[in-house]
Amino acid sequence: MDNNKNTAIKIESITRNFVMGSETVHALRGVSFDVHEGEFVSIMGSSGSGKSTLLNLLGCLDRPTAGHYFLDEVSVGELSRNQLAEIRNHKIGFVFQSFNLLPRTSALENVELPLMYNPSYSSRQRRQRAEAALEQVGLTSRMKHTPSQLSGGQQQRVAIARALINDPVLILADEATGNLDSRTSFEILSLFQRLNEQGKTIVFVTHENDIASFTKRIITLKDGRILKDNINTKVEDAREWLENLPKQDD
Amino acid sequence: MSRNKMRTFLTMLGIIIGVASVITMLAIGQGSKESIEKQISDMGANMIMIFPSSGSQGGVRLDASSMQRLTLDDVIAIEEKAVNVSAVSPLVSSRGQVVSGANNWPTSIQGVGTEFLSIRKMEVKEGIMFNERDIRSASKVCLLGKTVVENLFPNGESPLGKTIRFNQIPFKVIGILTEKGQNTFGQDQDDVIIAPYTTLQKRILAITHVQSIYASAASEAVSEVAVDEIVAVLRETHRLRPSDQDDFNVRSQQELISTISSTSQMLTVLLAAIAGISLLVGGIGIMNIMFVSVTERTREIGLRMAVGGKGRHILTQFLMEAIIVSIGGGLIGVTLGLSVSLLIGKAAGWPVTVTENSIIVSFLVCTVIGVFFGWYPARKAASLDPIEALRYE
Repeated sequence: MDNNKNTAIKIESITRNFVMGSETVHALRGVSFDVHEGEFVSIMGSSGSGKSTLLNLLGCLDRPTAGHYFLDEVSVGELSRNQLAEIRNHKIGFVFQSFNLLPRTSALENVELPLMYNPSYSSRQRRQRAEAALEQVGLTSRMKHTPSQLSGGQQQRVAIARALINDPVLILADEATGNLDSRTSFEILSLFQRLNEQGKTIVFVTHENDIASFTKRIITLKDGRILKDNINTKVEDAREWLENLPKQDD
Repeated sequence: MSRNKMRTFLTMLGIIIGVASVITMLAIGQGSKESIEKQISDMGANMIMIFPSSGSQGGVRLDASSMQRLTLDDVIAIEEKAVNVSAVSPLVSSRGQVVSGANNWPTSIQGVGTEFLSIRKMEVKEGIMFNERDIRSASKVCLLGKTVVENLFPNGESPLGKTIRFNQIPFKVIGILTEKGQNTFGQDQDDVIIAPYTTLQKRILAITHVQSIYASAASEAVSEVAVDEIVAVLRETHRLRPSDQDDFNVRSQQELISTISSTSQMLTVLLAAIAGISLLVGGIGIMNIMFVSVTERTREIGLRMAVGGKGRHILTQFLMEAIIVSIGGGLIGVTLGLSVSLLIGKAAGWPVTVTENSIIVSFLVCTVIGVFFGWYPARKAASLDPIEALRYE
């Protein structure tokens, strides 16, 4: 691991219990790891392994039962709901499996959404940053389109642009290719790889080995504990895969 | 909100229909109530009749009509002193044979003052009523009821301007009364001739007293008060001591008045029920549509929170939307309700009355329900964990 770089995430023996009636479910039983700036990590695990819980904690959508979580050197564990909302707004970019774009709203306005809740941006700055973010994901020509006028891949790229607009410390992707066909998945993965090359820290939650092989580090969870935490020695290049796919006859 | 025009429109429509239907229902209800009350009141419910009471002379009980206790002074005193009496007229009457050309008919002639028609809720169909000057000069003019017209002028010629004879005395016909039909006792109210009371007093009966007095209370509600006033006035003009019994009878239309008040009470209850039910139905409609349209947006709320929206941002947004939709819909609803009410009034000829209260109440209730049920599910969604809200189906 490259220790010269700043730590983006520091997790120290985090546990998370859910009380379901009389039973207590231990979703996470003491998980610790660090993620440095510029890493591209995938968190693997079958369903029930605790990866969704970990994702919610990393995304400041949930708080740990015990343990410490430092995001960009801020301890997140003790923050209130509103403070968490601010952290999400300033430091995290989400990409969801089901895109979660506002319907009947142009791509540009969808991308602007996080900055709507940040009073330090004027509406002109919002517009400029949204245009820049859409340019980064290659959708300059479709800024005025609404989600229903865009393909699945294009919608996910709008969602990625939305995750980029606040220049986050961390981009969290939850099965971001889960709803896409393989060609489009490779396009999106290639976009993530390019963003990572530009220095973005990305945490990608998935249950597919194929997808994880495109990331630089793979953390595997099982039953609420870390099973493996390996550097991926053979990172696949999504662009190559894309080129090797049989040509589509459109 | 502006993005989903269809949803906004449908939500507004719920409120529009709610407000408009309440206003229209109440307008029809109120109109019917007033119309029914007026119809009963037109039966002469505020009429008050004053008769001399029967007395006795030397042990012989005498018929009330032969008593000479009511005079024109009584009429004038009632007119001046009884403030809740709006109209008063003396009445003297006589029966006899009326003749016109070859036709004759037994009927009664009533000598009255100019206000008698309004007291009895009678109207002049053709011609004119006699006036104060006719009364002062004891003019020989008269108005005929329909039955009299039919019997004296069977060929359909107009009696106006003709001269008829009642007990040999000629009267000029100056008007015809609108028909009233039978009263509740089966008496034909159109079998009558009306003339100035002075004419009857001087030329037919040769008396100076009046046989009875008819008066109108200012409204049904003050009818009892008016009766009391008349009793007090008459006791004073008749110089009765407190220990003396009344030498007159004052009768109001108790039966009609109690019919009016019970009908009016019933209609008020009915109206309240209509208002309550239509508000309930409208309110539930609004509740549902607001609830569904906001609950449907739980995922949107989850997303907004995930990207950094705080609870108050979400609530402010949804509250503003609910307020705009509810007030906008409410205003359109009021306009629509007014137009529909007027249209129904015009097209169907129904009596409709739009009251300010119905507008205010329906607008307030519907907008408050709209705002509350726009705000409440939004608050519920905003208090969820963002991740739960995002997974909401």
